[in-house]
Amino acid sequence: MYEILSKEEMADSSIIRLDIHAPMIAKKAKPGQFVIIRVNEQGERIPLTIADCNAFSGVITIIFQIVGKTTALLRGYKAGDYIKDVVGPLGKPAEIEKVGTAIVVGGGTGIAILHHITKAIKDAGNHVIGILGARTKDLIIMEEQMDNLCDEMMITTDDGSYGTQGFVTDALKKYLDERPDIKLVYAIGPIIMMKNVCKLTKQYGIETKVSLNPIMIDGTGMCGGCRVSVAGKTQFCCVDGPDFDGHKVDFDELEKRNSMYLKREKDALLFSIR
Amino acid sequence: MLDYDVKYLKFKTYLNTYCPHCNKSFNVKEREHDHLMFKGVFKGQDMVLKLSPYLDVFEVESSVEVNTGEILDDLLCPGCKQSLVDTDTTCGECGSAVAKITISAYSKLLPFFICLKHGCEWHGLTKADERTIKLKIPRQEMPEQDQRLRGHNFLEVPYGLTTELTQLEAGRCLQCTNPKCVNGCPVNVDIPEFIRQIRAEDYVQAAKVIKQHNILPAVCGRVCPQEEQCEAHCVLGIKDNPVAIGNLERFVADWAMKTDSIKVPVIHKKLNKKVAVIGSGPGGITVAGDLLQLGYTVTVFEALHEPGGVLVYGIPEFRLPKSIVHSEIDYLRKLGCKIELNTVIGTAITIDELINEYDAVYIGVGAGLPVFMNIEGENLCNIFSSNEYLTRINLMKAYRFPEYDTPKPEGSHVVVVGGGNVAMDSARNALRCGSSEVTIVYRRSRKELPAREEEVRHAMEEGIKFKLLTNPVRFIGNDISWVKGVECVSMELGEPDADGRRKPVPIKDSNFVIDTDMVIIAIGTGPSPLIFNTTPNLARNRWGYIEVNPETMETSIPGVYAGGDIVTGSATVISAMGAGRIAANAIHKKLSGE
Repeated sequence: MYEILSKEEMADSSIIRLDIHAPMIAKKAKPGQFVIIRVNEQGERIPLTIADCNAFSGVITIIFQIVGKTTALLRGYKAGDYIKDVVGPLGKPAEIEKVGTAIVVGGGTGIAILHHITKAIKDAGNHVIGILGARTKDLIIMEEQMDNLCDEMMITTDDGSYGTQGFVTDALKKYLDERPDIKLVYAIGPIIMMKNVCKLTKQYGIETKVSLNPIMIDGTGMCGGCRVSVAGKTQFCCVDGPDFDGHKVDFDELEKRNSMYLKREKDALLFSIR
Repeated sequence: MLDYDVKYLKFKTYLNTYCPHCNKSFNVKEREHDHLMFKGVFKGQDMVLKLSPYLDVFEVESSVEVNTGEILDDLLCPGCKQSLVDTDTTCGECGSAVAKITISAYSKLLPFFICLKHGCEWHGLTKADERTIKLKIPRQEMPEQDQRLRGHNFLEVPYGLTTELTQLEAGRCLQCTNPKCVNGCPVNVDIPEFIRQIRAEDYVQAAKVIKQHNILPAVCGRVCPQEEQCEAHCVLGIKDNPVAIGNLERFVADWAMKTDSIKVPVIHKKLNKKVAVIGSGPGGITVAGDLLQLGYTVTVFEALHEPGGVLVYGIPEFRLPKSIVHSEIDYLRKLGCKIELNTVIGTAITIDELINEYDAVYIGVGAGLPVFMNIEGENLCNIFSSNEYLTRINLMKAYRFPEYDTPKPEGSHVVVVGGGNVAMDSARNALRCGSSEVTIVYRRSRKELPAREEEVRHAMEEGIKFKLLTNPVRFIGNDISWVKGVECVSMELGEPDADGRRKPVPIKDSNFVIDTDMVIIAIGTGPSPLIFNTTPNLARNRWGYIEVNPETMETSIPGVYAGGDIVTGSATVISAMGAGRIAANAIHKKLSGE
């Protein structure tokens, strides 16, 4: 049993942040790694990337959007409640080196994961440019934390309600055109966003890394449910990833595989309401 | 003198008896009860003697009382009135006179002896005849759930032997002085001894005998391939079917579990040594159980949220009810085992950290990484590895969706690729999940199917189709990337390869498509990279499995042992337990300095 120490609802209550007491995981977790949680005895196992961790206090932070039954259930949890199972850290840590200037691109809940990786990129001594994007102003999360980490920052919204109107790719293109010293792009967000970022950076020949979030069960390489095609080869996201070279990932396949249980998700939610 | 050639009949069986002179039957039916009726003479007086046809009750109807220890003067046939006393033989127990009658057993007439001393239970056949009779009791069939019904539920298929069937089956054992069956058992269970206890109707003692060598009898009685192990070595198997050792083991284990009669042994000697066991599958459980009983402090680390490894995520409910696994794990906990769930060794804790904290480490993580075919379209939606499919159904209980949150994979026509036990399990699970048609596609022929004969039979009985000598070459998807067909090629068997198995060769231009909406790939597993990623100094063989010294199971890192699938590749529950036993002994030897 893992205790929830604090809870915060963000972005119009559609995104939740939980601080969970998991000392063993907090001690070891590195940016890019994830945990698998199961809320109760009947629960499913879902992967959530670690957004932050503190080895000293033994706390890990997870930030997630409410999409299915498990995340909907978690919304009802409050500080002091317990989560049945939390296992981790899983996956390979992000491999980060000093490259000079790097751009981090985050969309929606992806910003939460990006935050942990941005920390590492900054710590490696890089000049970091942050681009955060969302549909509308309310959905931009962790702006302040990111602002503290990034040397430069830009915000885009689809409807123009905050920052610059447009997609993150528009902002990214501007930077890429103006700044020839950019060596690395890290993009985390919805699949469609990562796909478009990679399409763009490929034209510029700039190394781009993405963090994928396919459907998983065990997270230890046992089920193969999280398989993704990278450079034409099947990789298991849980043990080979979750970070991959964005230019080689088959995003279309990932998108389809991730939609496999959409109808079932609805059934599960309807069942719990009834 | 025949004398000591006559043996006490050890198995209870209904006797059909006849007079050796007039061939008239002694069996009489009297108010629903069967008796053997004789005319007796005692102290010069005539009387009627009644024996139960099982020879366990002895009644006298006479005015003179016969006391225990007194010897009858004569025993006569009530029909022809001729004496039955055999002057050539005396009782092997007390030396008294014996009567000789004829019994018919399996359409054979045999002489049978009964001691005339009241209270002496010495009666039976000559040794040679006893052997023939035991050979003639057929192997008792396991009662099973109806094959039409069981495809729609998750209840266990074999019901288990009844007490009567168990007694008959146990009676077949010859109690060899040099038992071969024990050598066939990877953990060397004392098989003749536990069967002897069954015959004595001391099932608790029988369970204790098994438990001394095997910590998971209820599991092994169900899933061990006995036909390749103990039963393959049974002497009866040369001319007839071997003793159903597995079914007997299961009966005893279930009896002990139901009556809760196995008490956890008190461990008197506590050693100040700590052992870490990685993986709570059958191998890990064996190592932990053995070492706990020797007084070690054992911690088992499990990556999943439930202990049991393959027993909980892999083997389906209808073959191994999870309640049985739970009670076996409870036993381990009662022995004092600490089980750390949700702990991934390799990432959360490294092997190096374990070495620093523990006196010995055992790696029993299994071979969990599913192998795919690497053919076109394999990542289409609704194509699963057998590991994912079985984990969803068994561990996550997806068959009870939406009561349980994990979605159940569904398809109306399911294709399962592979021919092992896991393929059978997947196919039978799919049938129980409501698929109308399930087809197993296997590249060799019926004879080469690696699954247990019993599993293949069960699958066939339940209506699972077998498409043999067939190999998939490509998966075809529909417009939204869900699988809609498997393109296959017909195969033929060529020359035997290094293992002696005939190599399947594709037949040119024989491609055809099987329509399907769900595919399960069950062609094997490989080693997971988790531990190796953070333990680069752990030596591996050319298939990527851990290299060990086969006598001690020690790896290239001193103090670190490994066994089971992570050493051998996919094998059986019991072979993992056998490896665990070797490692536990080696660890004990090393740590105790013996």
